[in-house]
Amino acid sequence: MTAALNHLHLFVPEIFVASMICIILLVDAYVPKAINALTHQLSQATVIGAALLTLLNQPTETTLLLHNTFVSDSLSVTLKMAMYVLMFGVFVYSRSYLQQRGLLKGEYYVLALCALLGMMVLASAAHFLSLYMGLELMALSIYALVALNRDSAQSSEAAMKYFILGALASGLLLYGISMIYGATGTLELKAVSDVIAEGKAESKLLLLGITFIMVGLAFKLGVVPFHMWVPDIYQGSPTAITLLIASVPKIAGFAMLMRLLVDGMSGLHSTWGDMLIILAVLSMALGNIVAIAQTNIKRMLAYSTISHMGFLSLGMLVGTNEGYAAALFYTLVYALMSLGGFGMIILLSRSGFEAENIEDFKGLNKRSPWYAFMMLILMLSMAGVPPMLGFWAKLAVISQIVNAHMYVLAVMAVLFSVIGMYYYLRIIKYMYFDAPAENSPEIEANTDMRWTLSLNALAVLGLGLFPHTLLQLCQNSL
Amino acid sequence: MFSELPLLSLLIWLPIIGGIWVLTQGKDDESSVRPIALSVALLTFILSLGLYIGFDLETANMQFEEKHSWISNFNIYYHLGVDGISMPLIILTSFITIFVVLAGWEVIKDRPAQYMAAFLIMEGLMIGVFAALDAMLFYVMWEAMLVPMFIIIGIWGGPNRVYAAIKFFLYTFLGSVLMLIAFLYLYHKSGSFSILDYHQLPIALDAQTFIFIAFLLAFAVKVPMWPVHTWLPDAHVEAPTGGSVVLAAIMLKLGTYGFLRFSLPITPDASEALAGFMIALSLIAIVYIGFVALVQQDMKKLIAYSSISHMGFVTLGFFIIFQIYQNTGSLSGAAMGMEGAMVQMISHGFISGALFLCVGVLYDRLHSREISSYGGVANTMPMFAMFAVLFAMSNAGLPGTSGFVGEFLVILSSFQANFWIAFAAAITLIVGAAYTLWMIKRVVFGAIPADKVETVGKLKDINGRETFILASLAFMVLLFGIWPAPLLDVMHASVDNLLNHVINSPKLP
Repeated sequence: MTAALNHLHLFVPEIFVASMICIILLVDAYVPKAINALTHQLSQATVIGAALLTLLNQPTETTLLLHNTFVSDSLSVTLKMAMYVLMFGVFVYSRSYLQQRGLLKGEYYVLALCALLGMMVLASAAHFLSLYMGLELMALSIYALVALNRDSAQSSEAAMKYFILGALASGLLLYGISMIYGATGTLELKAVSDVIAEGKAESKLLLLGITFIMVGLAFKLGVVPFHMWVPDIYQGSPTAITLLIASVPKIAGFAMLMRLLVDGMSGLHSTWGDMLIILAVLSMALGNIVAIAQTNIKRMLAYSTISHMGFLSLGMLVGTNEGYAAALFYTLVYALMSLGGFGMIILLSRSGFEAENIEDFKGLNKRSPWYAFMMLILMLSMAGVPPMLGFWAKLAVISQIVNAHMYVLAVMAVLFSVIGMYYYLRIIKYMYFDAPAENSPEIEANTDMRWTLSLNALAVLGLGLFPHTLLQLCQNSL
Repeated sequence: MFSELPLLSLLIWLPIIGGIWVLTQGKDDESSVRPIALSVALLTFILSLGLYIGFDLETANMQFEEKHSWISNFNIYYHLGVDGISMPLIILTSFITIFVVLAGWEVIKDRPAQYMAAFLIMEGLMIGVFAALDAMLFYVMWEAMLVPMFIIIGIWGGPNRVYAAIKFFLYTFLGSVLMLIAFLYLYHKSGSFSILDYHQLPIALDAQTFIFIAFLLAFAVKVPMWPVHTWLPDAHVEAPTGGSVVLAAIMLKLGTYGFLRFSLPITPDASEALAGFMIALSLIAIVYIGFVALVQQDMKKLIAYSSISHMGFVTLGFFIIFQIYQNTGSLSGAAMGMEGAMVQMISHGFISGALFLCVGVLYDRLHSREISSYGGVANTMPMFAMFAVLFAMSNAGLPGTSGFVGEFLVILSSFQANFWIAFAAAITLIVGAAYTLWMIKRVVFGAIPADKVETVGKLKDINGRETFILASLAFMVLLFGIWPAPLLDVMHASVDNLLNHVINSPKLP
């Protein structure tokens, strides 16, 4: 019994978030609606509190606890801190958007925090079961969030689609896990890795298992050819929920890749590395090319996500710690840019008006030069134009590819980036080169939203000028 | 005195910070924007003269060096320095920017703060490209520079500006991404991004060839060399006058500068192996594009094509050195070709900038760039006609103007390589004279045609501001035409060192 409770302080952030979810649920049910800002503040406090607890309870070395189902290492700390920061931003950006549409209910905060809890567990998973539990906690919460606007047929359809396809992917993942279990006789990732390293496992069964796991992973990441859900869900969800889906879960997706492929099956690198090459190249090609044809900005950014996830896979497939560090850096950078990008869409939306189309950015430079500049930074960063942060992320990944002597892959990566540049430039074109539409109103936003959004975009520029610290952090995490 | 100041950093950051300052001024009071921009540009120019004064002519080493760690994970340094190759180009940049600011003084009424800021920020970035001694720093500046230009063409350009802006951006970006992979390859080979380290790095010929091609794509698009020149006429035609001036006078030089700083010294063997190919491309640019220029109806397009043709001389001068050395066995002939090419770079900066400003003067008045919209301008604008004729003559390579010096040196040295190369290059003196002077004849001379009395007949001659701009450039064109020594003296040591390195580099199998 005591062995199970050793190092329990490393689990405190999760316990804290879980407790706060219950409290917020109660507060929302029993405290009068007049002070419903309370749930918002409590949720923010939860995120900040969890961040403090995570920082205070850092492991000195990789520590397994709770019967080897939960791992606490520097990677999990980094990933969780990134999740808190992004979640904080999500809450700030979403508030007035949801309020104007009558969607700002307690459920939103409870579900979002549940998703956060699931992702935290995922980031620390050391066991197939804890990994699956974290994944499903995240996924189920997000399915419900997509349907938050239950009167909207579009949202319901998106939620349904997401749920069915997500369940299918989970099934495939579980099927793969069961085969790995059959081949290795254990569910602990560390033990699985050891058995594979000793070469005792049945290799055909392993191969079949890893294939199913890769399919499940590819679906969750949204890489081609398992990407079909991404554009529909991004477009169908209320923008505030798209913002959530497009930012924090990307960190969780990376965590899942790391835990499953690297912690659990690094011995099979040659197998999953080759699979990742195919997934990466297809994603970069399809994501970047199809995005050009989009007129809906959420859909366009969805295809952009697909291409970015392909780029991220490039860092993973090298199979070295430097490669993983580059992929981690890419993930963090992408999540930050994505947060800012969808934040801008929310900024342009008002009650009764959704900024859905790229045309809605027309003449933003005339309406508000400051926010046009912020969007300029974000778009250039996503396109990978120096000196923005996105450039260094691409550089870190390509550098590892070149180091592994995969020159053709490196050339393809940069060429697809240039193709992708076109649709980011198109947004800049609408903002700067076109005159605003006749009836475009003033941009109004809360002070906290304005400050956070500006800070978000300026961070992309500032960290791009001085990327050293963030790069170092990523390298130290592995 | 100048050695203690971080002069290069000042030259880079003063215009950038000045540009941001201008942006913040634009909100409430637009009248202060122009004087502030002008003073920033002037101050930068005056500071850049410090480079010339403090420059040591005897050494080929980097001068005014600054080196600070920037991104230690990648071993990237904030490393600046200039030699005789980059120093004149930095001064050219700061000099031209003054006139760009002046040229937009009255014409730009829409968002002048953003206009001036974009040019100032671009100036800082371009100086950064010339001064960077770290490949990554170079690359960052090289790509970042595209953004202000993209916005300048897109906001203040002509009717087809969106197409031109996006084409310009994507075309040049596509060219440079392979250069990035080449840098990363060199980084993993040498462990650093220092350009000077790359110069000493022994690389096998096949790897050199790949690197050379990657560099070639980046630089050939910028120069631009035939057949990747098609973005330039579009960009020039649509860009506002200031944009065209910067494009022609400075941005094209970034490509040729890249050959000197990267292609030749890092991949000398591949340069030698592919020199014939490069010479062929240069000759096609010189001769074929010269003929293309002859048939243009649009003045800006004509000057754009003439730029491509003239830049062909520069690349010809760079890559003819191997053959000259083979034929003569001495470096002095090769040095003459290379110095001629470099003088051509500077001189073309003045001449093409001046020609675009001349077109700008006419465009501001009649809003047409078509040659056929004009005729007999000399009758109403005699002062303007004088300058236009002078610049046209120097564009055609008239002795006594700077246009003559570079072309003459390149052609002269080409004779030591191969008579027919020199012959082909010399043809262009005739073609160049033909298209430039024919344009001048149709636009400036003759009587005002009857149908243009209402337009051309009512033109006002250039005002004081325009006279100042054109006179300053005319002074430079004549100065370097009559007395090119100050320019050549600065280059000697660096060119000799470069040639020594390129031709005598030890070969790997």
